[in-house]
Amino acid sequence: MSLDSPPPAGPRVGSDEWVARQAHRREYLPSWLGSLERASERAGWWPKLAAAAAAAAVLPLFGLGQFQLQVGIDALVIALLAVGLNIVVGWAGLLDLGYVAFFGCGAYGYALVSSGQIGANGIHLPSYLSIPLVMAAVAGLGLLVGWPSRRLIGDYLAIITLFFGEAFVEFTNNVAPSVLGGPNGIVGVDAIRLFGYTFTTNKSYYYLLVIVLVVTMGVLRLLDTSRTGRAWRAVREDPLAAASMTIPVNRVKLMAFAFGAAVAALAGTLFAAQQISVFPTDFDTPILILVYAGLILGGAGSIAGACTGALVVMVVYDGLLRSPTESGYLFYGLILLTLLAKLRPWRRLALVLAATVALGYAIHAIAAAVSDSAVAGGPHSAGLIAGALRDWVVVPASATVAGNWGFVALVCLLVALVQVSSQWRTILLPPTLYLASFVWETRLAAEPAITRQLMIGAILIVMMNARPQGLFGSRRVEALT
Amino acid sequence: MSDPVLELDRLSLSFGGLRALSELDLGVGEREIVSLIGPNGAGKSTVFNVITGVYEPSSGDVRFAGRSIAGLAPHRVARLGIGRTFQSLRLFLNMSVIENVMAATYGNTKAMPWESVLRLPRARREEREVRALAEDVLSFFGQRLAGYRWEQPAYSLSYANRRRLEIARALATSPRLLLLDEPAAGMNPAETHEVTELISRLRDERGVSILVIEHDMHVVDSCSNRVVALDHGVKIAEGGFDRVAAHPAVVEAYLGKDPGALSDGG
Repeated sequence: MSLDSPPPAGPRVGSDEWVARQAHRREYLPSWLGSLERASERAGWWPKLAAAAAAAAVLPLFGLGQFQLQVGIDALVIALLAVGLNIVVGWAGLLDLGYVAFFGCGAYGYALVSSGQIGANGIHLPSYLSIPLVMAAVAGLGLLVGWPSRRLIGDYLAIITLFFGEAFVEFTNNVAPSVLGGPNGIVGVDAIRLFGYTFTTNKSYYYLLVIVLVVTMGVLRLLDTSRTGRAWRAVREDPLAAASMTIPVNRVKLMAFAFGAAVAALAGTLFAAQQISVFPTDFDTPILILVYAGLILGGAGSIAGACTGALVVMVVYDGLLRSPTESGYLFYGLILLTLLAKLRPWRRLALVLAATVALGYAIHAIAAAVSDSAVAGGPHSAGLIAGALRDWVVVPASATVAGNWGFVALVCLLVALVQVSSQWRTILLPPTLYLASFVWETRLAAEPAITRQLMIGAILIVMMNARPQGLFGSRRVEALT
Repeated sequence: MSDPVLELDRLSLSFGGLRALSELDLGVGEREIVSLIGPNGAGKSTVFNVITGVYEPSSGDVRFAGRSIAGLAPHRVARLGIGRTFQSLRLFLNMSVIENVMAATYGNTKAMPWESVLRLPRARREEREVRALAEDVLSFFGQRLAGYRWEQPAYSLSYANRRRLEIARALATSPRLLLLDEPAAGMNPAETHEVTELISRLRDERGVSILVIEHDMHVVDSCSNRVVALDHGVKIAEGGFDRVAAHPAVVEAYLGKDPGALSDGG
């Protein structure tokens, strides 16, 4: 038989395509980035967690104000939520859009057993009892929600859980106002008291949250590298194959739901105690979007990614984007960075930048010559940016109307920009950049509440284009069947 | 044949009006290699799906080691000792090679999540055993799935190596019976030859019984003890390779009626 030729010699040990590609990828990184990546790989997971914890511990020593501390606390709560959501979404692969309801249940649960809300004297359980109790109860609730939805996948699960999330807000708003307080929520929630220490100041909650977050991440890391973690990821990759490999798929999914819910409940108890109160609006969809944004930005499936992503999103969203000046730096910085990263060759970049600058001064000069009111309003940014842009960007006296029209024009230009050929793109870029700056100075910088949502969206879009797997996520491939 | 490991007894399966399998009898003995052949759509993979609990039979019974397993959930069937591979590869692509194998031991280990988190003795012992088992089944493939590949993601493997990893993963469930769905599909002649040897080695060194679906007649000829031919969900022939291959019903199923006219024309 012709098939009887000897089998080929095996591949050379230690070299194959994947190894070669990894090395190749590193070579193309800037040298400092490449060596940073190598060093970080050598360091291992636990030392990195310890280093991050130490950094978080010394941060308040640099004299954070109350505002910065509050931003830090909110960011840590959202990071804890993202780390918990990572179990459900990143590992088990279940798109859970009702996750924030578990957060709310944890907060309300803690508030009910640690305030004067129920009965004449109220219930004031000690924290070492109430926190585990609430976590266990909410984990049970997770099982209850997961039970009917355990056979649902993808879109269907998303719709059911989204319904659950919305139902929670309606429920707390309208049911049993004497107990849950309706829209007025529950106030006068006890502080957490552990080992004889009562957590009252923001600084103490900051440290408590750092410790809880680090411990949770450590526990989840140990879980991830155990049979449970492998089963979760196997179910995410291919449920049928997982079932054929002795994994009880439904039970494993329910477990993911319960663990995720327990972490959310933990975050909820700390949140309620720190706020001293809970309201239905604290657990609405915007929080869900922030948690997801953090998880996606950081890279679903990675504990470090979920945590970092959430911290970055919250610090940017809550800390930087509230003041027009700082958000201005972020806005222009992002634009410049994107141009630097994406525009090649250098000649083209220089051309675009020079054309943008020239275009701005020309328009400003013409507008000033035509009518004084066309340049009557100064740029909305303050400080350095305002100084740099005073004679460049046109801000008319009636900035609102012009800004609105500019916004519409900017959207049209952006749509056109992604459609046209590369040559036209070079030509269209300077007017687009100028228009973006115009819209920012007339309209966006004036309304940080709306702008910061737009900015988070823009950052996510840029990130997803530059690095689809997120900051710390590993590249995912989908089965082609 | 002594007590068969697997026995299908008048097994039928219908999807609405479509009869996918009808009255199928089939047995696989201890340390026997049985090949299942038939043209596309004959119902071969459906047989696998009924055995492993993906479909519940409409009538008839599936017995494994003397016990009825018809209607059991897939993960229970797998735990009883039936491992399988898939025709269209279904690896856990974004997990590492060794994790693919280790994940398949879930049903045969018992450590609860908190034991794993606290690294209690049982969890530590099981983890050691699972790791050793995984290294053992991967070493079965020699250089092909050698140590330096263990920590790579499964998607980095070549097509032939993915097929090998599927077999390794099935072996990690500690099966008595292995169901291989077209293990040589898409392989070149040298690799096909290797698969043939591999199937015999699985029986001789691992002591498993094997039911294999295969289109490559060289593979079927050189490794199987017995061949069963299916067409339209009905068994049309059974016996040694030479007899089945020459059976008029088999020839007709593959080539249509009056193959003589074909060979005369060509």
